[in-house]
This record gives sequence, structure tokens and C-alpha cells, in this order.
Amino acid sequence: MLLEVEGLCVNYGHIEAIRNISFGVAEGEVTTLIGANGAGKTTTLKTISGLRKVREGKIVFDGKDITRLAPYDRVKLGISQSPEGRGCFPGMTVRENLDMGAYVRTDRKTPAYREDVERVFQLFPRLEERVNQTAGTMSGGEQQMLAIGRALMARPRLVLLDEPSMGLAPRLIQQIFTIISEINQQGTTVLLVEQNAAQALRRAHQAHVLETGEIVRSGTGEELSGDPSVRAAYLGGDV
Amino acid sequence: MHFDFLFQHIFELTITGLALGAIYALVALGYTMVYGILQLINFAHSEVFMFGTFAFAWVFVFIHGTTSASQGLGSTIGLLILALVAAMLTSAAVALLIERVAYRPLLKKDAPKLIALISAIGASFTLSELMGVRDKVAAWFGLEDNLSNYVSNARDIYANPVTINPKGLFTIGDYTVTDVDLVVIGAALAMMLALDIFVRRTRFGRGIRAVAQDPESALLMGVNSTRIIQITFLIGGLMAGAAAALYMLKIGTTRQNAGFILGVKAFTAAVLGGIGNLRGALLGGLLLGVVENWGSAVFGTQWKDVVAFVLLVLILLVRPSGLLGEALGKARA
Repeated sequence: MLLEVEGLCVNYGHIEAIRNISFGVAEGEVTTLIGANGAGKTTTLKTISGLRKVREGKIVFDGKDITRLAPYDRVKLGISQSPEGRGCFPGMTVRENLDMGAYVRTDRKTPAYREDVERVFQLFPRLEERVNQTAGTMSGGEQQMLAIGRALMARPRLVLLDEPSMGLAPRLIQQIFTIISEINQQGTTVLLVEQNAAQALRRAHQAHVLETGEIVRSGTGEELSGDPSVRAAYLGGDV
Repeated sequence: MHFDFLFQHIFELTITGLALGAIYALVALGYTMVYGILQLINFAHSEVFMFGTFAFAWVFVFIHGTTSASQGLGSTIGLLILALVAAMLTSAAVALLIERVAYRPLLKKDAPKLIALISAIGASFTLSELMGVRDKVAAWFGLEDNLSNYVSNARDIYANPVTINPKGLFTIGDYTVTDVDLVVIGAALAMMLALDIFVRRTRFGRGIRAVAQDPESALLMGVNSTRIIQITFLIGGLMAGAAAALYMLKIGTTRQNAGFILGVKAFTAAVLGGIGNLRGALLGGLLLGVVENWGSAVFGTQWKDVVAFVLLVLILLVRPSGLLGEALGKARA
């Protein structure tokens, strides 16, 4: 397993946001966490990135315990994230945002770096058209592309994607999920958090269902798509 | 009201106003940058400036002794540069100390902003009073005789022993622009240009902007925000130190409470220009300096501060976010 979460508990003040969850993310795969609003999906990702304090349990990345590691050291190890709500830097241009994604890299002037920028532009041609536009003036879909592209600029081994389809037009949602599969096929491990369970399960190798801070079901994407209770709760009944 | 006086001396009032405004602007940068990343007004920043003015004067005392002398800018250039560097380093050190002692422990505990504000006010009083009792501090260590040139009469006005005589260079209208005016305005603009390039072009500069625009995203990019906060205080300190040196060049005297009014003015300049915005601080500072000078010509010098703050209120009534300010949460720094 590239990432292992073991018995993780996280509190917001006195409220338990996550209770004793355990799961793994295998290298080269797409793993997804699905669940309703407030189930603890975003908190899980923030905790993996080091933005939330762990009350109990541990997080192991590539065999190394990172439970107490500073957020910037986790990025250096190869974990990057496209956060919920995109989190683009509104006053920076597309190019500056991409440069921020590569903040921990030291090879800014090398061909390898330019290749990575090219790769992001290939995935999202729209970003190349808008390279000098400030992020704050772009549409939600464009900002989502930028957030994912920016996360890739760190050359992550594991990329965490938080609700990449939120607030997007249906056609764009399809496109974003296709690109997520493409990113995975190019060799990046993906941990995907989604409310759009149908799409997420179709793309995922492994899937876990979160309910009020606990994992209630796990399986392959296919298994969970076929599970009657998952279908009833997250896929809109017998579709 | 003396509008005729204003029009007769418009060039003189404008140029000396610009020189004063450039000093306000340099100090305003410290307020605006710290606000940009922490959404906090660092009320101790005025003392950062005040320590710089003393460091500047002390260099002259150290090299020259206390016998007053009067020299031109050209013949003291080496000493001036040395004193400028000393002022910048001293101010930077004080700024870093404030960050370490008055802010970081609170930020680590996620204390409310109001607590940090009180802490900053406390730091401001402490630093100012510490300068005011420096003779007593020296006495504790038995150094009051050795250091008497630096510490005696600690609460009085402290003057740079070397008075810089401005030399007229060229005439605009009926005002002869002096080398001191040019150095003050030129140096302030050069510092601000350097800062603008630093913030826009370097990795740490981008880090500062990232923390200002979205602190949580910045962490996800691998920005070490503690380090960025430190660098921001450091830069604010360097700029305030440069302002202190230019102030001493122009005014020549300081005091343990010299930071107060200047700090309030610089803070006003920062708000006027749009707090959190670097170019706003420059614009706000220059505008404040000039308008204040014009105002005191028209209404009398006693009205100088009234003019400054009426200007602030008028502009905030029309543009609550300041001249170049954007709504909070939008583009900053």
C-alpha cells in the first residue's frame, strides 16, 4: 500500500469528525471515498495533507509514519491535493498558480519542469489559452481544471482530489472524470472524494463508503456499484 | 485660510510632502504586508521604526562622538550608508523579535485575532518604554558611564550629532530642490521597487502572496507558513529601518515615542491605499504626505493631523476598501 490510514480519529473541537477509520490506497490505483455531506470525507483528505490534527491513529505513506509531519514535508514526500472549492489563488495568473503547485520543486528552470507544464496543458488545453488570466476571473470549471493541474505540478506520487465535480455542468463532469482516469493511467495514484458516487465508483479500483465519520462499506468500485444499500443511498435507487 | 500661500509655495509643499509621504509609505508597507498574511494590525510596528531611528543616530555618535557638527550630504556618504544598514538591521531584528514573542505563540494556539492585537499593543508599550528607561537598564549592568553618550536622559529628544546640510540642486517654480529631498524620495522609491520585484518574481515572494490569498491552499502547495510569516516581518522591518534612516536624514532627531504619531500616519496611509495592497501603501503614503502639507499651508500647521484624518474618513466613505483595495478574500498582496 502506498498510503495506509489506521484507526484514524479527528475532532473538530469536541465533535468527532472522523471515528476510527482505516483504509489503504494501493500504488497505481484509483481509490474513492464516497458519502453524503458531512460524512467526514473532506476532513479525511485534510488530515492526510496535515491540515488537521490527528487525535488517534496513524497515517503511513510509503512505509513512513507521517502522522505528525508538517504539511510542507508531506508535499515534498509526494502527496499533493486539489482541495474542495478549488482553492486557486485568485490574484495569481494561471501560470503563477501552476508555479505555486511546484513550490517545493527545485528544478524550475529545467526541461523536465517545462514538460510537466506541457503535460498539464495537454490535459487541460483551456488552461493554455488562459495562461495569463488571473484565476479569480475564471469560471468554476476552469478553476477546477487549474486546481487539478496545479496539484499535478508537484509531481505527486499520490494526488488527493476533493469533489472535483462539484458545481460543474454535466458535460464538464464527464470530461473531468475522463481526465482523472488519464492521470491515473499516466502513473499517478489517486485518492478521490466524491458526492457523485456513480461516476466515482465507475472509475475507482477500490471504494469506501463513509457515513457520519465511519467507514460502513468497502469493496471494489464494481462491487459497491452493485450493492443494493449503496445503490439505494447514493445512486438514486434502482437506476 | 491661506489659499494664496498654498499656491505661492505649491512646488515646495508638494516636494517636501512627497519626501514625508515616501517615509510614511515605507513604514506603511510593514503594516500592509503583515495584514495581508495574518489579517492583523501589527501595532508594535511603530516601535520597529523607532528603534531604527536610534540605531541610525548611534552610528553617528559612535564614529563622531557627541560634538555637534554640520556637514553636507556628500562628505558623509559612507557614514550614511553604514547608519542606513545599521537602522535596517536593527529594525529587522526588532520586527523578528515581535513576531517570535508577541505573535507566534498565540498563532500556534489559534488564539482569536483580538488577543493578538492586545499582545501587539503590549509589545509596542514595552519596546517604547524600554527605550525610555535605557539609562536605567545600562545602570543595572554598571555601564551608565561607558554608554552615557547613548543612554543618558533617556526620555528626552535624542539628536544625531551631525546635522546634514541640504544642498540646493535645481529650481522648480520658486523652490530649490535639495539633494536630501532627492535622496529621500529616490531611496524610498528604489526600496519599494525592489520589494515589488521580490514579491512578484521570487519563490518566497510567491509564497507570501499565496499565504495572503489562501492560507490553506498555500499549505497544500508545500509553503512553510511559519517561515513566510517570519520573512514578512523581516521585510517589514527592513523597510521600516530604511524609513527610519531617511527620517533621521530629514528631521535629525528622535525620541522613545517618535514611532507613535508616525506609526499612526503610516497605518492611515496603508488603509487609505487599501490595506493588504503594496502599491496601495505607496499611493496612500505619498498622497497623505502631500495633502497633509497642503492642508497645513491652508489651515495652519496645527491642523496638519486633522487634515490627514479627515482625508482618511472622506476616502473611506466613498471607497470603504481604500483606493486600491479589493474586497476581502479577493486578490491581495
